This record gives sequence, structure tokens and C-alpha cells, in this order.
Amino acid sequence: MTLWFVFALMTVAAIFAVLWPLGRGARAENQGSEVAVYKDQLAEIERDLAAGLIAAPEAEAARVEISRRLLAAAAASEPALEPKSSVKWRRAAAVLALVGLPLVAIGIYMPLGSPLLHDFPLAQRERGSGSGMAQSLENLVVQVEQHLENNPTDGRGWNVLAPVLERLGRFDDAVRAYRNSITYNGESPERRSDLGEAIAAAANGVVTAEAKTEFERARALNADDPKANYFLGLAAEQDGRKDDAANIWRALLAKAPADAPWRPLVQTSLARVGGGGATMPALSDETIAASKDMNAGDRNAMVRGMVERLATRLKQNGDDVEGWLRLVRAYLVMGDRDKAVGASSDARQAVANDAARLKQLNEGLKTLGLDG
Amino acid sequence: MIAEAGHYALVLALALALIQSIVPLIGARLHDAALMNVARSTALAQLLFVGASFIALVTLHVNSDFSVANVYENSHSMKPLIYKITGVWGNHEGSMLLWVSILALFGGLVAAFGNNLPLSLRAHVLAVQAWIASAFYLFILMTSNPFLRIVNPPIEGRDLNPVLQDIGLAVHPPMLYLGYVGFSISFSFAIAALLEGRIDAAWARWVRPWTLVAWIFLTLGIAMGSYWAYYELGWGGWWFWDPVENASLMPWLAGTALLHSALVMEKRNALKVWTILLSILTFSLSLLGTFLVRSGVITSVHAFATDPTRGVFILLILCLFIGGSLSLFAGRATSLKQGGLFAPISREGALVLNNLLLSVACAVVLFGTLYPLAMEALDLKISVGAPFYNLTFAPLFAILLLAVPFGPMMAWKRGDLLGVTQRLLAAGVTGLVAVAIVWGWVSGGSTLAPLAIGLGIFVIAGAITDIVERTGLVRLPFATVLHRARGLPRSAWGTAFAHAGLGVALIGIVCETTWNSEYIATMKQNDVAHVAGYDLKLDGLFSRQGPNFREMIAEFNVSRDGEAISVMTPSKRSFTTRGSSTTEAALLTRGASQLYVSLGDTTAEGSIAVRIYHKPLVLMIWWGPVLMAFGGMLSLSDRRLRVGAPKPARAKQRLQPAE
Repeated sequence: MTLWFVFALMTVAAIFAVLWPLGRGARAENQGSEVAVYKDQLAEIERDLAAGLIAAPEAEAARVEISRRLLAAAAASEPALEPKSSVKWRRAAAVLALVGLPLVAIGIYMPLGSPLLHDFPLAQRERGSGSGMAQSLENLVVQVEQHLENNPTDGRGWNVLAPVLERLGRFDDAVRAYRNSITYNGESPERRSDLGEAIAAAANGVVTAEAKTEFERARALNADDPKANYFLGLAAEQDGRKDDAANIWRALLAKAPADAPWRPLVQTSLARVGGGGATMPALSDETIAASKDMNAGDRNAMVRGMVERLATRLKQNGDDVEGWLRLVRAYLVMGDRDKAVGASSDARQAVANDAARLKQLNEGLKTLGLDG
Repeated sequence: MIAEAGHYALVLALALALIQSIVPLIGARLHDAALMNVARSTALAQLLFVGASFIALVTLHVNSDFSVANVYENSHSMKPLIYKITGVWGNHEGSMLLWVSILALFGGLVAAFGNNLPLSLRAHVLAVQAWIASAFYLFILMTSNPFLRIVNPPIEGRDLNPVLQDIGLAVHPPMLYLGYVGFSISFSFAIAALLEGRIDAAWARWVRPWTLVAWIFLTLGIAMGSYWAYYELGWGGWWFWDPVENASLMPWLAGTALLHSALVMEKRNALKVWTILLSILTFSLSLLGTFLVRSGVITSVHAFATDPTRGVFILLILCLFIGGSLSLFAGRATSLKQGGLFAPISREGALVLNNLLLSVACAVVLFGTLYPLAMEALDLKISVGAPFYNLTFAPLFAILLLAVPFGPMMAWKRGDLLGVTQRLLAAGVTGLVAVAIVWGWVSGGSTLAPLAIGLGIFVIAGAITDIVERTGLVRLPFATVLHRARGLPRSAWGTAFAHAGLGVALIGIVCETTWNSEYIATMKQNDVAHVAGYDLKLDGLFSRQGPNFREMIAEFNVSRDGEAISVMTPSKRSFTTRGSSTTEAALLTRGASQLYVSLGDTTAEGSIAVRIYHKPLVLMIWWGPVLMAFGGMLSLSDRRLRVGAPKPARAKQRLQPAE
């Protein structure tokens, strides 16, 4: 409401500025004229002459010139000086001010302005009173960043900020935050591998030499650090050393607790490089979706159940080379190498009569790392 | 509320400007004093509202109100207060608001102090002023509104371009705008004269202070901008002939010509049509500068945001005003009465030569600025740089400078070139001696350099000779000299200072470009660089946390012949919000010369790229313009009327029988 009041006051002031001279009428005003200028110039000549700045003949010539101008100016300005007043036009001007001015002002302001929006000065916002602003994640991040800008040695702050930045996709900032966290909190394998992960993320998922260094440092601190091992495997895969990758991941799985949440990830990665079949390819999309809601134990049980069923089916009908390979891969992923070897010899027997199938099976087994 | 009130004040200013554009003109036609006086009160009210609007924007920036888009885009809550204020015009929208504020300020000044003007002239001038203002208010409100809001304000702003976070921003743009926009007054006076259909010596007397004010500010603004570029950009260059600099130089050249031709008009009632044309051209060039800088035609630190609609809008304003005023000029100029006559060799003649040279120089710069743009439109990339200007602009200015000492010593109406030459003999000899000394003393560099220095000395000596002649320092007793010096118009002193300033600047420019020495290398701790007799030892690198940046400082110990002189600390600042960095050069002033250190990138081994320059007499480049501006101020303070006492023909023979 106050805003509209202020607007009204301002409009009245503007209208008054137009009406004021109209109301004062044609009062004789002190206005300058050319005549005055030339008279002053004449006086100036006398002064210069007295001060000795110009010589007498020059002064005389100047006087003649200026007098000529003075006469011309006086003749020209006579009619212009007589005051006139035209009431009709003054009224028109007054109407223009009273009606036109507010209309133009409102007409332009309304589509452009936002009269309903209050000011949000920083001080008010920091008090948090009546801001009504959603404390979005980004705003919180900005606040933490401000805090850290002023207290750059607050290690805990960097620790909190870094993963959030990474989730927001600000990888470069996350890298800086992890670095600061290491500087002020000290080293730990987790921080080193988190830093490496952020560097890799900033490089669009490529484990760069810089990232690799960080993972190697992490592994030096803790040889079993799962993230470091996983990414070192990934680095090997990206370098084209698939066997190394498979070995690293296999070792990681062997040492991993059965309910580690990252197990499936490593298993799919292992399957990707062909270092042992994953259970995942055996599963349909639906079952994978279903398995996502289970805990790790349930998931293992489900996987085992499915593998058993596959094995039974293959015993009845051994022609399915793809099926055999899937079974072998599944055993490998579950870490059951003996069963895998057993299954592969069963498979060879089953397809021994068919040269083409046997060849396909042998090649498949070779890629799984089981030479036969 | 502050934001919306500021916005509404700007709209009201537009409404007032529209009334001010029409009503006083009707009044002038009807000879109605009341209607003509509307111009005065509306101009003052306009100033009030635009001023309020500008103060509102400053308040919003100081309060970091990020619900205003302009504040969000260009401010940061942790920016130091001074940059929060200067940041108001460190962006397109705010700088345009400053532009119209200054326009309104000049209009308000004419309204408040224009009592000595005839009523109808004042009405016309203010109406023309209001046309310009209306066009720019509309431009701001439609295409670059600084008061647009954000419904869900972000918590932090995006910060100001770090290059602009410098004290230079507090000084350079306001000064430059006072200059640019100040020429709108002489433009308005010219259009008013054309509308009224009469013009005379009195007109020039009324325009004189406004032109002079604009010229002083433009001179200082350009000099300040050049010094800012010199210390902030980190390359030690002070003039790049870049289009944006040219855009400010062109109005300066035209304005300088205007200043001199208006003098002829005031004193001798001559060159009237030419003066009107120059007034129109000067402001047109200011508008052209605004267009070039603001439309995004040119990319530079000045083109904050590029938006085609803005460019088209300004181009429209440009065509309307330049085209309109020149058509009016073409239609009306012939009806203007011609005034005083003069011989070719006379003060008037000298000033015509000055105008000729300055106009040609201005045209050269205009060509050099627009030609590459035209070529670019045809997909041909060419750049017009220093070599072009050295071949064209430099010789023109050399001739001009050679003529400068002669001008003030010529008599009005008919002069005596031989007599003036005789009196300038001492100055000429001084210049030649300077050439000889420089030639013998230094080695290397261009052969033209000693000649140019001699020219600079000649200009300075010429300015001194003029004062000596006027006071009769050599031939009269000291008491009389003192008396005469006191009686001398301050404008005469102003002329001398301004002309000497030209010489000073020339010497600075020549010395800096010819004999500067540079050292570019990668330095490690305790490395020593030897530049122009100075030893700079890198003591170490430190980092420091600034208010909204982190900076890396290198500390250099400067010594000469084993004697420690000072410590220089150049730095590199990195600003997190914009993710950019600036170089802060360190300057060490020794007399008029400077040692200049700026930092490059660090290498992995902890060494740093360093650029060290020794710039002899570089400060004279800026002392020159400061002297010129001081001369302008002296002249401005001289409220006396100017009379060009013509030399009578008979008197000439009587005074110089030897001829």
C-alpha cells in the first residue's frame, strides 16, 4: 500500500512541475538578451584598454564592430520581446500534464514493473525473516561456500561441501574442495580415493593419470580400499589391459564382504571385461528391477536359485551353448571356480557331437578365462 | 519498494521529458512565456527523478538486493563497498542510467543557471535536450532496464568483471560520460539556433562554458582510461587504437576543433555555419561512440553484453538524430547570416587551419575505425592498427603542433607571419638545441624521435613565449610585468597551459615508445633481473586472501648500483565467483619514468613468468592532458567576455614601418 502512496506522491510532484510555470502567468522575467552581451563586450574593451592589453586603435576598431552588432541585435529583438499569453494552449498543456502524464507513466510502468515484489536486501535475507524463500540445496551450498571463503581452514566444512558439489555436477569445485579437505583434515584413503573419483568425473569418467595417482596413494594407505581398487581396475580397462582389470576386480570381490553394496557394480564391470560371467546377463530386466529392492543377502539367494534352475535345464537339454556359457560365467562371478570348471567340461561333453557348437563354446570359455 | 520507486521515477522522467519536448516549442512559436518556462521546471523535475532513480539503483547495489536482476548479475555481497557503488555503472544497464543522469544534470544546469539566455533560446535548447533524453529513456526502459526483478532471488550474485574491480571504474566512466554527454548541450544550442533561424556572437558566448566543461571532462576521462588500461591490463600499453578508444578520441578531436571555432565566432562573429556543423558533428560522434561500444558491434571490455535489439535501437536513435540534425542544417544553414571578414594570415586563419587539421585527423580516425567493421560485414578480416595511424594521424598532428605556437600570437583579422616567426625564434632555437642534445645523448631508436622531442619542446617554449610577449617580461620593468600578468585574462593563461600540455604529452609519447626497455623471463626465487640499470630480485611468492578474491603476490627488491630503492609487489588475483583472474601490475615511479612489473603464469617448479618494463618519461603522457584540462579550467573560470580586437589596416603600417 505504501508503494502506491509513494507512486501517487511522485506523480503529483511531476504534474506540479508542469503546472507551476503555467500558473505563474506571463510575469516579466529577467532574461538575457544579445543586447546585454554586446553591451558587456563594449565595457570589456574599455577595461582591456585601461589595463594596457590592447592598443587604442585596435580598441577603436573593436568598438566599431561590436556597436554594429549591437544595433542589429537591438533591431531584431524588439518584436520578440513583447509578451503574449494564449490561454487556450496553456489549458491544453495543463490537461496534458494532468491526464497525459499519469497515463503515460502508468501505461509504461505497469507492463515493466513488479509492484508486488518487495525488496530483498542481503541484511534482511540473512536474518531470514519473512523471506519466504525456499532454502534450496544450492542456496545452502552458497552459504557454506561463503563461510569457507572466510574460513578456508575449516576442514570439516570442506568435507561436507565436497560430496554435495560432486552431486551437483560441479566436479572442478569438488576437486578443489577434496584437496582442501585433505590439506586441512589430513590424509585418509577414503579422501584420496574420493578426490580421484572427482578428478575422473571432471574428466568425463576417464581415469586420468592425475586421478590414478590419487587412487594409488589411497591404496598405499589401505590396500583394500574398495573405491581405489575399483577405479584402478577401471583405469586398467581404459588402458586396454582387460586382464589386469579383471584380476584387480576379482581380487576385490574375493575380499569383499558378501553384503557390500558395491558388489553388483564390480560384478558387472568384471563381466564387461569378460573376466568371469556376471549374474546380471542371466537375469531379465524384470528380475533385475525386482532385485534392486532386495538386500544383498536376498539378492544372492535369488541369483543362486536362478543359477540352479539354469543348471538343471542344461542337464536336460545340453544344446544351448549360450546357456552353458552363462552358467559358467555365473559360477565364476559367485567365486565358485570349481563348479565353473565342472560346468565347462559338462558343456563340452554335451556339444561334442556338433563341431560348430563346440567351437563356439571353446571360444566363449576362452574369453571367460577358462582355457580348455 | 526502493527498486520499484526507482523504476517508477525513471518512467516519470520519461513522461516529463516528453512534455518538455513539445510544450516549450509551442510556447516559443506563440511567444508565450509561461509555456516556454515549462521547459525549465520540467528539466529540473527530470533531474530530480532521474537522480532519484540513479540513487535507488546505487542503494540496491549497496544493499546487495539480488531480487533485482541487474544487481544479481553484477554484484556480490562480499565485494568492497566502493566496488558495489562503482559496479552500478560497471555494466550496460547501469552505465546507460548514468548516461541519462548526466544528460539530465546538464539539462538541469542549463535550466537553473541559464538566466542570461533569451527565453526562447532556452526553451529551444531544453526541448532539444528533452528529445535526446526521451530517446534514451525509451532505450533504457525497453531494452536495458536496470530495475527488472527476479521473483525467487538467488542468495549470491555473480560478481562484477574482475578487471573492472578497480578504482579506475570510479573515475573513468563518469568523467568520460560528463564529456560525451556535455557535448549534447552544444548540440542542443546548435539545433536551437537552426530552429530559431538566427545565430551570432552572443550564441558562442553562451555555449562557451558548456563546451569547455565537456571538453575538460572528456580530456581527463580519456587520459584516465588510458592510464587505467596501462596499469590494469598488464601489458604496459597505454593506447591501442582500438575502436572503443577511437570512439572517445573522435569526439575529442571534433570537440577541440569546436572549442577553437567557437572562439572565432565569439570574438569575431565569423565561422558561424562551420561552428554549428561542428557542434552537430561532435555530439553525433559521441552518439556513434555510444553505438559502437554498446551495440556489441565491437567486442571489448566495454561491451558488457551484446544484444542485437539494443544495437538496432541505438542505430535508430543515431540515424534519427544525426540524420535529422544534418538535414535541418542543410535546410537552414544558407539562411544564416555570415559575419566578420578576415585575411588568410590572421588569428582566424590560424584557427581555420587548426580546425582543418583536427577535422581531417578525426576523419582519419573515423575511417580507421569503421573500415574494418565494414570489411568484417563482407567477411574480410582486416585490422587497422598503429602502422596506419603512424602514417596518417601522426603527420597531421605534427603539422598541427608546428602551427600551435603561431596561433595565439597572430593578430585578429590580419596577422603578420614574419613578425610572429621572429618572436618565436627563441622557441625555435630551443627546440633545435633539444634535437641536437637528444641526438648526441642517446643511441638507437627512430631517427624521427629527436625531431619529435624538439617539436614538443618548441610547442612548450612557444606557449611560454606567448605569455612572455603578453606580459612584456623581457622589455618592461618587473613591476609593470607583474601588473600586466595580473591583468592578463585567465583564458590567455589557459591557452598557454593547454598548448604546453600538448608538448608535454608528445614528449612522453615519443620517449615511451622509442626508449622503453622490457625484460620477459621466467624467474625463480632469488633470481635477479637487470632492466635499464635497475636490479630486481625476486624475494618470493606469497598468497593472500582478499575480500572476494585470492591473490598471489611476488615480492621484488629493487635496487640500483647496489643501493636498495624500494619493494615492488605485483600480484595475480583470482576471483572464484567468475572463475577469472586479473593481473595487478606494480609501478615504481622515478621522476616521470616508471618501472612496471606484471606477472604471468606460474610453472610447476615454482617459478613464475615475469614481464618487467622500464618506461622513460611515461608519466608525461598523462601530465599533458592534465595540463590541458587545467588550462581549460582556467579558461572556464574566466567569466569575462571575449573580444577579438581586430587589427586595423592603417595601424599595421604605422606600427611596423620597417616592412
